[in-house]
Amino acid sequence: MTQQSRPNQLFRNLHAKIAAIPMIFTAVVVFAGGTLWTIFYSFTDSGLLPRLKFVGLAQYERLWSTPRWLISIENLFIYGLGMLVFSLVVGFILAALLDQKIRFENTFRTIFLYPFALSFIVTGLVWQWILNPEFGIQNVVRQMGWESFAFDPLYNPDIVIYGILIAALWQSTGLIMCLMLAGLRGIDEDIWKAARIDGIPMWKTYLLIIVPMMKPVFITALVIIATGIVRVYDLVVAQTSGGPGIASEVPAKYVYDMMFSSQNLGQGFAASTMMLLSVLIVVIPWAYLEFGGKKRHG
Amino acid sequence: MNTLKAVLAASTMLSVVTTASAVDLEVTHWWTSGGEAAAVAEFAKAFDATGNKWVDGAIAGGGNTARPVMISRITGGDPMGATQFNHGQQAAELVEAGFMRDLTDLAEQEGWRDAIEPSSLLDSCTLDGKIYCVPVNIHSWEWLWLSNKAFEDAGVPVPTNWDEFVAAAPALEKAGKIPLAVGSQSWQIHGVFRVLLISLAGPEIYQKVYGEKDAEVAAGPEIAKIFKAADDARKMAARSNVQDWNQATNLVITDKAGGQIIGDWAQGDFQVAGEVAGEDYTCLPGLGVGKALETGGDAFYFPSVDDPEISSAQDELARVMLDPEVQVAFNLKKGSVPVRGDIDQSAANDCMKKGLAILEGGGAVPSQEQLMSPDIINQINDLMTEFFSTPSMTPEDAQQRFAGIIGSAS
Repeated sequence: MTQQSRPNQLFRNLHAKIAAIPMIFTAVVVFAGGTLWTIFYSFTDSGLLPRLKFVGLAQYERLWSTPRWLISIENLFIYGLGMLVFSLVVGFILAALLDQKIRFENTFRTIFLYPFALSFIVTGLVWQWILNPEFGIQNVVRQMGWESFAFDPLYNPDIVIYGILIAALWQSTGLIMCLMLAGLRGIDEDIWKAARIDGIPMWKTYLLIIVPMMKPVFITALVIIATGIVRVYDLVVAQTSGGPGIASEVPAKYVYDMMFSSQNLGQGFAASTMMLLSVLIVVIPWAYLEFGGKKRHG
Repeated sequence: MNTLKAVLAASTMLSVVTTASAVDLEVTHWWTSGGEAAAVAEFAKAFDATGNKWVDGAIAGGGNTARPVMISRITGGDPMGATQFNHGQQAAELVEAGFMRDLTDLAEQEGWRDAIEPSSLLDSCTLDGKIYCVPVNIHSWEWLWLSNKAFEDAGVPVPTNWDEFVAAAPALEKAGKIPLAVGSQSWQIHGVFRVLLISLAGPEIYQKVYGEKDAEVAAGPEIAKIFKAADDARKMAARSNVQDWNQATNLVITDKAGGQIIGDWAQGDFQVAGEVAGEDYTCLPGLGVGKALETGGDAFYFPSVDDPEISSAQDELARVMLDPEVQVAFNLKKGSVPVRGDIDQSAANDCMKKGLAILEGGGAVPSQEQLMSPDIINQINDLMTEFFSTPSMTPEDAQQRFAGIIGSAS
């Protein structure tokens, strides 16, 4: 009787647990297993195919003395910082502007969100043309009479990463704007009314009341942007293929080229392990703050 | 309704019957420019004539884009019927791991050992005494292609060697031409450097650096001269902003650029554009001074499959590719030299004859793919493309890093 009234914990919600098996399997075997396997083989000198000949930290030593990898890391840093700041700021400002009960809101929302429907490859090609000095912005401005105007970020190694950043912002800001807009719509009208009665200026209401209330939306947006930053690859391939020279290389492209073009899996694995490490450095403190905090409340 | 079913059933049966009698063989390659596509069509035509069917699996974007696709298909268990590689070390690990078919029996039966010249081509296909690939052409990198019209417009005579070309660059600039067209993909820039090295420093130095990986020679005065020449080249190419080699070749064909350093595969594109060697364009093997050509090229590998029908179609394709007539037809369109020493070369044009004369004079050196692993080649590619696009990087710095890469390879 006691057994019937207190069933085994393992069999509670059995159907749900059975349904979750494929996902658990994927998470454990494919994600965790694949990650461990990659880290393990990054200590070998695997070429085109994996092989178990350990070389210690040699792959990492080579990685951190390769100029191309250092440039990749620097580019990722600039791109990441630019993406985070500009997507959040521009996305929020656009959302706030759309939230002023303007006319044709649907039309504007569609226009801003539309680039997100395009793949990074298409985005990259479009912006490659727009930024091409011979038939893009530079040419248009020169034809309008400003003969000395020069704007060719994709052909200047010093600023090429900003050319890529522009394209990425154009593509993804619309999505952030939509998230923010949904967040703004979730704010109770009464808060606005109360703020107005108190005579708080609008910008101050946004900055000091609305933004803190939208924290969950900001965190969602942050996660979406951050994952997009680390895996940036296709945009670079389509827009510059890493050029001019190696000025716009990114870590994901280094990993791909090492694994498949240079036939040096060990080096590629070492680079991808470093990418994982950089993600962990960002995610662990965040997870600690986010989930560790709840325990204190509970 | 019943008629429809009958038709469907009949058509299904029909398709079963057709696949049984002729084998569809997918062949992957990265030949997509005008001249290349015309050449590969010759193979397709000859193979279709045997009753089988050539399924074209062209992958655009050049070898560096195509090879990863090919390799992942082979290692991922979805092998094609046959695939192109540059013979040498690109497919070495695939062969070692047993992904490729051993063609030794066929080679003995057809007498490839005696027919193929230079024999180093077949050696590159050989591992532990077994033959794994079919070389189909000889390509050499050491060519300078010049637009006669561009020099006429600039009011200077067409150069006959590298130094004259460098001297003519200011006149070309003044006439609004790009002196040297270079596609910005890294393998092309490395190619330009290697051509300068083999032509201006000579094959012995090339063998020491690329073959024996001698870091001291790589850091020495001969290579320093080559980096100076590469410095000239990058200044001449500063305004060239195209990606693919055939776009750069097109700048020469349309007389917008003075010249291009690229392998003899460019010749196919000159032909497709209706240009005549000697009249519209000039070719300078070895930059007009060198007497050596790299003899690399393309080879076809045949992944091992269990299906005996596909295997026999693979044999058939290998036979067709080395057939003397097909060899001539293919290589004429491709702009390359046939791999058989026993066939008629009289159909070759002026440029090809110049190249053949150098090869007969003992000027054949092994290609980089035969001497180096893709890993080392890619590292040099990265260095060269950085050097060309970074004006602030001095030739001395670049040479030091070059010697470092060579040293790490030994």
